[in-house]
Amino acid sequence: MGSGRTSMSEKSGPVGGGPVVGGPVVGGPVASRRLGVRKTYKLYVGGAFPRSESGRSYPVHAAKTGDLLAFAAQASRKDVRDAVVAARGAQAGWAGATAYNRGQVLYRVAEMIEGRGGQFAEEISASEGVPATAARRTVAAVIDRWVWYAGWPDKVAQVAGGANSVAGPYFNFSVPEPTGVVAVLAPPQSSLLGLVSVVAPVIATGNTAVVVASEDRPLPAITLGEVLATSDVPGGVVNVLTGRMDELAPVLAGHFDVNAIDLTGAGADSRAELERLAAGNVKRVFWADDDWAGEPTPRRMLAFIETKTVWHPVGI
Amino acid sequence: MADKTGSGGTSSGGESPRADTARVAKVAAGLDWQYAPAPESRDIVSIAPQYGLFIAGEFAPAATGRTFATVNPATEEPLARIAEAGSEDVDRAVAAARVAHEQVWGPMPGAERAKYLYRIARILQERSREFAVLESIDNGKPIKETRDVDIPLAAAHFFYYAGWADKLDYAGFGQAPRPIGVAGQVIPWNFPLLMAAWKLAPALAAGNTCVLKPAETTPLSALLLAEVCQQAELPAGVVNVVTGAGDVGAAVVAHPDVNKVAFTGSTEVGIAISRAIAGTGKKLTLELGGKAANVVFDDAPLDQAIEGIVNGIFFNQGHVCCAGSRLLVQESVADQVVDRLRQRLMTLRLGDPLDKNTDIGAINSRQQLDKITELSAAGEAEGAHRWSPPCELPERGYWFAPTVFTGVSQSHRIAREEIFGPVLSVLTFRTPEEAVTKANNTPYGLSAGVWTEKGSRILWMAQRMRAGVVWANTYNRFDPASPFGGYRESGFGREGGRHGLGAYLDV
Repeated sequence: MGSGRTSMSEKSGPVGGGPVVGGPVVGGPVASRRLGVRKTYKLYVGGAFPRSESGRSYPVHAAKTGDLLAFAAQASRKDVRDAVVAARGAQAGWAGATAYNRGQVLYRVAEMIEGRGGQFAEEISASEGVPATAARRTVAAVIDRWVWYAGWPDKVAQVAGGANSVAGPYFNFSVPEPTGVVAVLAPPQSSLLGLVSVVAPVIATGNTAVVVASEDRPLPAITLGEVLATSDVPGGVVNVLTGRMDELAPVLAGHFDVNAIDLTGAGADSRAELERLAAGNVKRVFWADDDWAGEPTPRRMLAFIETKTVWHPVGI
Repeated sequence: MADKTGSGGTSSGGESPRADTARVAKVAAGLDWQYAPAPESRDIVSIAPQYGLFIAGEFAPAATGRTFATVNPATEEPLARIAEAGSEDVDRAVAAARVAHEQVWGPMPGAERAKYLYRIARILQERSREFAVLESIDNGKPIKETRDVDIPLAAAHFFYYAGWADKLDYAGFGQAPRPIGVAGQVIPWNFPLLMAAWKLAPALAAGNTCVLKPAETTPLSALLLAEVCQQAELPAGVVNVVTGAGDVGAAVVAHPDVNKVAFTGSTEVGIAISRAIAGTGKKLTLELGGKAANVVFDDAPLDQAIEGIVNGIFFNQGHVCCAGSRLLVQESVADQVVDRLRQRLMTLRLGDPLDKNTDIGAINSRQQLDKITELSAAGEAEGAHRWSPPCELPERGYWFAPTVFTGVSQSHRIAREEIFGPVLSVLTFRTPEEAVTKANNTPYGLSAGVWTEKGSRILWMAQRMRAGVVWANTYNRFDPASPFGGYRESGFGREGGRHGLGAYLDV
């Protein structure tokens, strides 16, 4: 982390501008009498930060202490639909950007996370109940993971595609293309490393994403939305919803303008029903309970691409 | 259409008013001459009166003793009685496949598996004429297609994947990729042997064992392939064939000891299969329906484009999931293209599938004929203009004249629904952007065609059309090295090429 912050409290608790009710400002001078300015955690949809159209919110608590951290927006099915519309609207433009450009934009995201490292570490520490040092290591892993994926957009076609030797006078080649709009159910425990590990591979290849953040640990996801909003990632490429997984996941699984869904963050007992819903428009369904601290592989990227094969005659 | 006297078992005597009209039209078109019959002998293949299930290397009747008939769709003549598998038989087939996987095929070095697959490829080549005749009789498709496409490609698939069996480490799925286990494979009736090859060859190369369920109207070539497996001395249980209708396929797919499901068929059934296996962790690949756009620009090489349009929709009577069933033609050349297309269709020969001159064979089943008839009637009812060449249909069997609808709008059922028959819907466009929008205006995404002499436009179109296969200045080309499969509701996963291996490896 490049921030050089040293004042972060080991105590889990309120983040981003102070506790809900009194108390020391985490990440700020403890002795200060100044009242902190808290962040309102909203949804991230279409490049903007709306509240839930339902007007609902829900309390988010620190994992270890149970202290109230913030009120997160509780997205509704209407918010899901708005997010899908935003993702669909952004998809052609994002996929149409050059792979080099997409790689640079993703790299820019890593730069921005680096700059916000302290804030992410505080949120992870509070959300996951881990010590600050562990949280900082996690942020470092998040940045490295994002950089890993930033290098992929202009390489995946050579790994996943190629020329095919057909028995006839034709030139025939296969290229990977994005599947389209991908719903991503983020893992419940790993609030940021798990999140970026499922989102980055989806968007690296030109898909756009509607992400349901960890229900109990949503704060780093919204802060990631703020990073994306300031990283040249076009609005709508990543949309982040917070709320009840059981309420939002079936709406995404059954949505006919969603092309694929990553069920990694769904409970094992809900996957069967979500797969049934996803079948209605032949969604691609993927999930894998990865060890987020482990080395990534291209597997998640390859799960959300389509192979297009083009034939043309050879002749004079 | 050019006549073929005495073909298709139909009587050439007794001129109907329809035939008179046909004759007059042909005289007018300068086509009033006839092809001599050129029938392929069916003596090369002997069809047994009864066929059993192929389980654990042996043919055996169904446990219940039940059978069903398979008929020649060109004549409605019953060909043989086929064992109708029940759940007990499916259990036995899956158990045989499991044992073979664990004890023989899984542990076997890839180089040895490869040699079995090469053997199968070679026997298919050696018995190709026999397979071609059998397939034509059971399916209704013209012998020149089974002879030149179905059978050689089926052999080529086995030959291609044989070579992968001992090279899996280098296929891009990591070191020593593992097979999935027992594959349950349900295939359609439009390319019976070729679909069996598409399913079996990559599965076996990767080290899986298979329970194959051929379509109920076309079981014979899969059963002859089972005999080929015996002749290749493929270990018992590596390939099992269970015959019957959709309920048998459903039993295979739902069987708890099946690890991998591969299905080719309708989107409706594909969705039902997805739902049936939801939550089981079975790996699934689906190759489903299509409603492909074949886009013709005003600078296209029209002679070739006309051939491509005809091949795109009338190949195999249009019983092709990737058929170019929507012709999108640029407005400035629409009249010219339609005129020339009609001229070309006048020369197509419909009739006896075993005649080597036949272009259009029989519709595979009464049920499919009814569906084509119903959708075509809907085309007329919705206001599109229907045209067929003068065409005498044989009196027995299932037949449908090549049909072209013009004045079709995107909302018409014939522009939206898969007809799976020799019916072409013609729509027009003005700009490339409009062509892309219309081409993609479907929930399907299996294939697409583009015809233009401008290279940059080909690539521009190929990038934008949401389809798994794009044929540029050609159509309906297939090759074992070429990945095939759909976007969106045309399914997922690829068959063919290195990509096709991934569907059968635990990756």
